This record gives sequence, C-alpha cells and structure tokens, in this order.
Amino acid sequence: MSSDQRNDRGSRQGGQGGGRRFVRARKSCKFCAEKIDYIDYKDARMLSSFVPERGKIQPRRISGTCSTHQRMLAAAIKRGRNAAILPFATD
Amino acid sequence: MRLYEVLFIIAPNTEEGDINTLINQISDVATNQGATIAKLDRMGRRKLAYPIKKFHEGHYVVLTIEGTGAEIAEIERRMRVIDAIIRYLTVRIDEDLKRADKFRARRAARAAARAPRTSRRPGAPMAIEVEEIIEEEDEE
Repeated sequence: MSSDQRNDRGSRQGGQGGGRRFVRARKSCKFCAEKIDYIDYKDARMLSSFVPERGKIQPRRISGTCSTHQRMLAAAIKRGRNAAILPFATD
Repeated sequence: MRLYEVLFIIAPNTEEGDINTLINQISDVATNQGATIAKLDRMGRRKLAYPIKKFHEGHYVVLTIEGTGAEIAEIERRMRVIDAIIRYLTVRIDEDLKRADKFRARRAARAAARAPRTSRRPGAPMAIEVEEIIEEEDEE
C-alpha cells in the first residue's frame, strides 16, 4: 500500500497529474546580480536592452527586475528619451 | 553644494572651433557664478533617436558642475538663446550618488557580517561545552 502511494506521488511529480506543469526558471534582477547602484541615462546600449522594439519600457514581469531597480531604470529611460538617446516611440 | 550633470546637444553643422568656444562659453558662465567644473565629457557625434530641429545627428557634451543651483538657471537661460544648442538636459546627481553609496556600504556591511560567522565555526564547540556545564550544575 505504501509503495502504491509512492508511485502515485511519483507520477504526479512527472507532470501527468495536471495542475502546475510549467515551472519556469526564476527570473532575477540583472542590476542586483551585477551590483549596479546607479543607472546612467546616457548608457544607450544598457538601456536599450530594457526597451523593446516599440520604444516602451519593458515591464517588471517580463524582465524580472526588482522594484527598486525598475524605478531607477524607468527614470533613466525617461531621461534618455529627453536627451534623444532613446526614442519616445517607434513604429 | 550640489552636483549637476548638464548635457547639451550641439547642432551637427557647427564647426569644431565653434564647438570649443561654445563649451568654453558655457563653462565660463558656471565658473563666473562661483561653481566648479568637476568633469567635462565630450561624447562626440551621435545619431539622435528622433529628429530635433530637422537634425538627425548631434554633438553630445556633458558638463558635471558642482554649485548651488543659481548657475544652472543662468546656464539654461544662455543655452535657450544659443541656436547651435538644439537640446539641453540638467540632472541633479548628488542625491542619487549618495543613495548608491549607501547601497554599496550596506552590501559591504552585510558581506562583512556574513564572513566572521562562517570563520567562527571552529569555535562553535565552545557553546556546547557551556551547555554541558549548565546541565551538570542542574544535576547537582
């Protein structure tokens, strides 16, 4: 009986039992990992990796950036736009 | 004193000599008002992300100025008048840099706090010895 239970549990872990199947790798904040404390608005190459094609600011849920760094990043992107380093919009 | 970063873009059709005099003119305004130029960074000719006054390129110059704020008002007033300057942007950076220093210090402190705890491991049995002594006392 105990072995039956174990089998049952084993199959669920294998992903056959439905429910949460896709366990995505946990996103991590790029700025925390690289220990960046100040985001410079003049660094076009770094900022453009957080600005998708349309010119919008990439949301946190996609990039995985932590809230502190996302706030700093958003400010930097907005400054960069005024300095013509980043576009306001592209189509 | 506050730290400011003054970025301005000079029209691409200005000559090299004119660019130099323009930069000197701006920095003179700052020094005359009692501010000091901490850094002058000429980023050179760059493509603009969008056209400004029908220009697609521009010479980027970044001045880092330490001052009270009064000279920034004067510099901006001058820049607004000069036609060769197609865009300017002033950012106060001392508070952000201070915040960055704070983050760095906190991280250093955390790293320092973590390091001794792992190195104290050889001394850990001492705590167990103390406990044993207490137990013995209880028995007596």
